[in-house]
Amino acid sequence: MSATFRFDPITLTPECEALRREVRAFLAEARANGFWRPAGDFATAHSPEFSREVGKRGWIGMTWPKRYGGRERSSLERYVVTEEMLIAGAPVAAHWIADRQSGPLLLRFGTEEQRQEFLPKIAAGQCFFCIGMSEPDSGSDLASIRTRAEKTAEGWRLNGRKVWTSHSHRSHFAITLCRTSPAGDDRHKGLSQLLVDVRAPGVTIRPIKNLAGDLDFTEVTLDDVLVPESRLVGTEGEGWKQVTSELAFERSGPERFVSTFRLLVEFARRIGANPEPRAAEALGRMTAHLWTLRRMSLSVAGMLQAGEMPNLEAAVVKDLGTTFEREIPELVRLLAPRGRRPGGNDRFEEVLAEAVLHAPSFTLRGGTREILRGIIARGLGLR
Amino acid sequence: MSDTLVYDSAARLFADLATPAAINAAEGGAWPQALWDAAAAAGFPDALGGEGGGALEGLGDAVAVLRAAGRFAVPLPLPETMLARWLARRAGLAPPEGPLALAIDRPEERLQLRRAGAGWHLQGVARALPWGRNARGLVVSTDTAVAVIAPLGAAVEPDLNMAGEPRDDIALDLPLEGRSVAGAPMGADAGVVYRLGALFRAAQMAGALEEALRLAVSYANDRVQFGRPIGKFQAIQQQLALAAEQVAAAGVAVSAAVEGAAAGDLAFTAAAAKLRVGEAAGKVADIVHQVHGAIGFTHEHRLHHLTRRLWSWRDEFGVESAWALEIGRLAASQGADGIWPFLARR
Repeated sequence: MSATFRFDPITLTPECEALRREVRAFLAEARANGFWRPAGDFATAHSPEFSREVGKRGWIGMTWPKRYGGRERSSLERYVVTEEMLIAGAPVAAHWIADRQSGPLLLRFGTEEQRQEFLPKIAAGQCFFCIGMSEPDSGSDLASIRTRAEKTAEGWRLNGRKVWTSHSHRSHFAITLCRTSPAGDDRHKGLSQLLVDVRAPGVTIRPIKNLAGDLDFTEVTLDDVLVPESRLVGTEGEGWKQVTSELAFERSGPERFVSTFRLLVEFARRIGANPEPRAAEALGRMTAHLWTLRRMSLSVAGMLQAGEMPNLEAAVVKDLGTTFEREIPELVRLLAPRGRRPGGNDRFEEVLAEAVLHAPSFTLRGGTREILRGIIARGLGLR
Repeated sequence: MSDTLVYDSAARLFADLATPAAINAAEGGAWPQALWDAAAAAGFPDALGGEGGGALEGLGDAVAVLRAAGRFAVPLPLPETMLARWLARRAGLAPPEGPLALAIDRPEERLQLRRAGAGWHLQGVARALPWGRNARGLVVSTDTAVAVIAPLGAAVEPDLNMAGEPRDDIALDLPLEGRSVAGAPMGADAGVVYRLGALFRAAQMAGALEEALRLAVSYANDRVQFGRPIGKFQAIQQQLALAAEQVAAAGVAVSAAVEGAAAGDLAFTAAAAKLRVGEAAGKVADIVHQVHGAIGFTHEHRLHHLTRRLWSWRDEFGVESAWALEIGRLAASQGADGIWPFLARR
């Protein structure tokens, strides 16, 4: 009914709810088996063992064709698996990027050989991907990247430097965006995506410690790295189009609004079943926001399932969702019962500190809030 | 008809008849009879209930009509009449024709409906009734009963909300015949009626929000300062993007509440929708006024037809904090680890 955005209503099928029960049972068992600590950090925990278990159950690449190791299930079923994993704080980082982005990229643009080679291993939770996009001088202005690949007789010769690449040291391949011909009038032309083996000669990985002390980020230096010609993804020079065509997958999922959900849970635990009015109001307000965000996010998932590419709506979900994630710690720190003392081996304090320290990244990763708002403004017809 | 068709046909009707001049006239005290007649002829007062037997049959249509009505700032007691007629019919009482007032017995109202001989006696003050002065009858909703009073002979104490919409107090102290009163139908006690009212206000607000955003975007593209349309400036673009996000969230909250109500979850979803839309109303009104500059602060410009309604409606049928408290208590009662399962079902 609105001229600007479309958010078609969606209802989860009984199959989705049956799957949800299955996932919860699996997670309860995995947690009991010590795969992760409930108060650990925000779905950034990396566990190849856990990913293999998830792969065994068919929950990685679950929407892909069976001939590539997928299960041909719906995007909404994948949504249910994803949200249950994130809410539980499960260590999904190892397979996360390959499941969400790299696999779908290969399915859409990859060669048959690439699909055969990589997709079944990804789906089995045995092949992990990271993404090389940002560079020291190229953040939001991604088209300005300087990493270059030259065509030689032996393949592509790749030189440059990538930063903020999460988990590259624990991955097998990096989908690397690079320039394969000089920037002409249209800077968006001449970029290509290469599948780079992170263990190839010339690849140097240096961890970048973040302000919370984590070592998930890395800097990847590419020094005359030889990439076989068969590892070009899609069409030479069309990398920009390939990268931007599927942003809706990356920007609309539950990971964009549940990063601090566990803080809300610990807040609820702290205030108890009969909270004082101010605390109850805050909990109620956040619950209503979460409900709305989830309906918006599910709606985008439904449109993706229908083969549409609601990039604008996804930008709306991401900006609203990440703003909400950042609001939770700001609210609960004021309303948790008095006598709070940071530290002290207290679970609420631990989860709060985690949220406060990670919050700055929520509105940066996957497109800054300013870039997203620019996209929305364009959608409104302002640019 | 699908929701979209209902919305489109209602929007066409309101676009023709609810002109800025007509709205100004209504705010000046004139009852917009022609507009009412057209809405009644289109069947809008009976949108809720419809032909079918379902308790909330037609809810989607009613909400679509009210979204369109909100978009055009329609100065009629449409939500109240829809609810009053639906409630009376469900209770087996004949609703009077014409615009109706609806009094809901909330803890703060203290309406007393008690047995008196063979009939009943109604006492109390029904507060801030939309268009009480123009109503051809009053339907009273309590937790146990429904009463229909027509004509409404009681004294009206006139007042207005910020949007110049009549919100009149009516002091009630009158006997009622037995046939004017019935037991509250299943699933239609005062709490349910109040929540439907909240959802209906939220629907009107969602429509007004969409239109306010449209006006602001169009103004930003037209208004030239520093040699270019102000919409070319990032500062304006970023603000309008924020407004658009709020408008999108409000629209989804209302649609999701309609689905939720159909699935038997009116209590939570209507509360959450009114809260979310009410929050959007304040934020969007702030931004669209800032973008419009001084012209938007004049009476001559029609932006205030929308923003004064947003400011009024967000306080009616439960302010955000009241719903937040209710939802918060409900969420807390699930236990910390019960909150996610509670949300995932909705």
